[in-house]
Amino acid sequence: MQLSPERFRSQAQAALRDPTLQQALSRARSGFIDKRRKGIHDIADFEALRERGRRIRDLALSQLDHHLEQLESAVRAAGGQVHWAENDAQAREIILGLCRQADAQRVTKSKSMVGEEIAINPALEAAGLDVVETDLGEYIIQLAQEPPSHIIAPAVHKTRQQISELFDTHHHQGALKARLREIPELVNEAREVLRDKFLSADVGITGANFLVAETGSIVLVTNEGNADLTHTLPRMHIAVAGIDKVVPTLDDATTLLRLLGRSATGQAMSCYTTFVTGPRRADDPDGPGEFHLVLLDNGRSRMLAGPYREMLRCIRCGACMNHCPVYSAIGGHAYGWVYPGPMGSVLTPLFRGLENTRDLPNACTLNGRCASVCPVKIPLPDLLRQLRAEQFRRNITDSRTRWGLRLWGALARRPALYALSTGLAGRLLRLLGGKRGRIRRLPLAGGWTASRDFPAPQGPGFRQQWKKRQTERKPV
Amino acid sequence: MSDSAVTRPDTVALYVTCLVDLFRPGVGMAAVDLLERAGYRVEVPDGQTCCGQPAWNSGDEAQARELARRAIRQLQGYAHVVVPSGSCAGTMVCHYPTLFADEPEWLDAARDLTGRTWELTRFLVDVAGLPADSLGPCQGIATYHDACSGLRQLGIREQPRKLLGAVQGLSLREMEDTDTCCGFGGTFCVKYPEISERMVSNKVERVRESGADMLLGGDLGCLMNIAGRMQRLGVPTRAYHVAEVLAGTADGPAIGEKER
Repeated sequence: MQLSPERFRSQAQAALRDPTLQQALSRARSGFIDKRRKGIHDIADFEALRERGRRIRDLALSQLDHHLEQLESAVRAAGGQVHWAENDAQAREIILGLCRQADAQRVTKSKSMVGEEIAINPALEAAGLDVVETDLGEYIIQLAQEPPSHIIAPAVHKTRQQISELFDTHHHQGALKARLREIPELVNEAREVLRDKFLSADVGITGANFLVAETGSIVLVTNEGNADLTHTLPRMHIAVAGIDKVVPTLDDATTLLRLLGRSATGQAMSCYTTFVTGPRRADDPDGPGEFHLVLLDNGRSRMLAGPYREMLRCIRCGACMNHCPVYSAIGGHAYGWVYPGPMGSVLTPLFRGLENTRDLPNACTLNGRCASVCPVKIPLPDLLRQLRAEQFRRNITDSRTRWGLRLWGALARRPALYALSTGLAGRLLRLLGGKRGRIRRLPLAGGWTASRDFPAPQGPGFRQQWKKRQTERKPV
Repeated sequence: MSDSAVTRPDTVALYVTCLVDLFRPGVGMAAVDLLERAGYRVEVPDGQTCCGQPAWNSGDEAQARELARRAIRQLQGYAHVVVPSGSCAGTMVCHYPTLFADEPEWLDAARDLTGRTWELTRFLVDVAGLPADSLGPCQGIATYHDACSGLRQLGIREQPRKLLGAVQGLSLREMEDTDTCCGFGGTFCVKYPEISERMVSNKVERVRESGADMLLGGDLGCLMNIAGRMQRLGVPTRAYHVAEVLAGTADGPAIGEKER
């Protein structure tokens, strides 16, 4: 299945017709929303915390160069190495080079969206390495050979039946005849399979939820502890992260952690929160011999200098997509690239080009629910609208919309003509509505009437009625 | 603008919106009635067409600016501007100033309008101090859909409920997900009809579950969308704009029903 943001429309339609996916989505929807609602309850003023989160991210971004240099020195001082990657290809090259340097056969990975962004798995596999995803959700979709459909719950689109089938095929060669199994049973089976992989891995690759400039630490947040096994057991730990992930201090990181868990899964804290600083020290009981931090730009510094800078505040919690009614109707794959939902509809055009992602900024009702839950107050609808304006300026907007707007504008600027045409339209629609008062099929509005009746206007227009009333009331 | 009376503090300019004008003039008349009951003199400034929201949301900033200039001029000088729609009021209040960020003179005028512009239910409660007396009447059980723009741009949630609480004969029964988008989204519903259909179907399911026999809301676009889907599915719940219920005129045909 080759997904692409250019095929958003057909991918969305396919998703709407997929009953299994719809079943999975409707279950996920209320779960995430309820959990967040309960999760933010124990903080007296969550809105104030959001504001602090916004400020921390803004301040970090306003001196990004400084913080990155500080981070680099601190990582070096802790015995680690820092590598700068301008784009995805460079990042792949660096990571592949490090794996070769470590003479690696097997690489374990904990979930990383930047890893998806640079498509690291196919590159490592093409070089003959055995790559194993260790987050349960990522492991499931790796078996299914699918990309993640959600940034924190990559297999949210899979049902228990589908997972039972996948495990049967890959772990039992079909011996279980696709029998539906209980969740603890499936989890234990994955755990057993993965344990052997953890112990035999040569390199562990992780992402980073935050990078702390003052200490050179990377922060890793999981509920399964898989990131800790990924970075502690192998000889080499490679962490890959976007340059936007840096925050100045440990204090900043802990404030953001309070926002992250609650916004993502409603947890006050995820089960495992780890601050990793450099490789194993002489008196550490365990840990990797080498620690490498790969810092990825891939368009982020361009974003920093442009009108979409606020998007860089994102801490990848997924709250926007959890609360997005469009995402919950079509799921993450329909968006066609790594980042789905509202944050993806802003990021993907910026990473991949507006002309290759025409639908993404438009497939949104601008209802604003995403922005209302964003822990760092990114004005997602405003950014989407800004992308639409850029599409319009660059002539990327489809011609039907352009002509429609032109016609509407021409009328709306001429009140007399407008009154005449809306009066005529009203009469026509009333005629079409006939005895029913509504229209079942309306030419030029097939999108509406395919699934909805179209209400016929109620009597003559308001301004006509108003005029009549004014005349009647006027003293003679 | 030539009328000297327009600056009187008891005068309200009604910005009727294009959807109300064309599809549901009764909502405009109900708004006039409610404002007059609250003791205001209502004027409907001439030459009203569209606030520019479709252009603004579609990225046509130049056109949005031009339509905004027209509206700003028409509404100049009125102590209050009242709009029976959260999304049109939201466009004026939240987005007009953004449109003129680089034109200081118009920016001032836009900000001035922002301070005087109100969505209808918010004006009635927060400015006019309704409900002083009973409203309606209207017999039935209603459920209320919070249209997104009014809810998130203007913070309208309690005002319509407070007003509906004073309607004789009406009881309010909240549905689940009352703050979830119905899938209208202006041009969205015709650009992405299949996604919109799923969203509005979810909404109709919530309406149905509530057991209410009337669906109310403050934005005609959403109401036409939900009503159209309910009628296609044969759901008997009837849709009215909140103003019609408050003014006691919701005894006539609902949205998409034939005049009797």
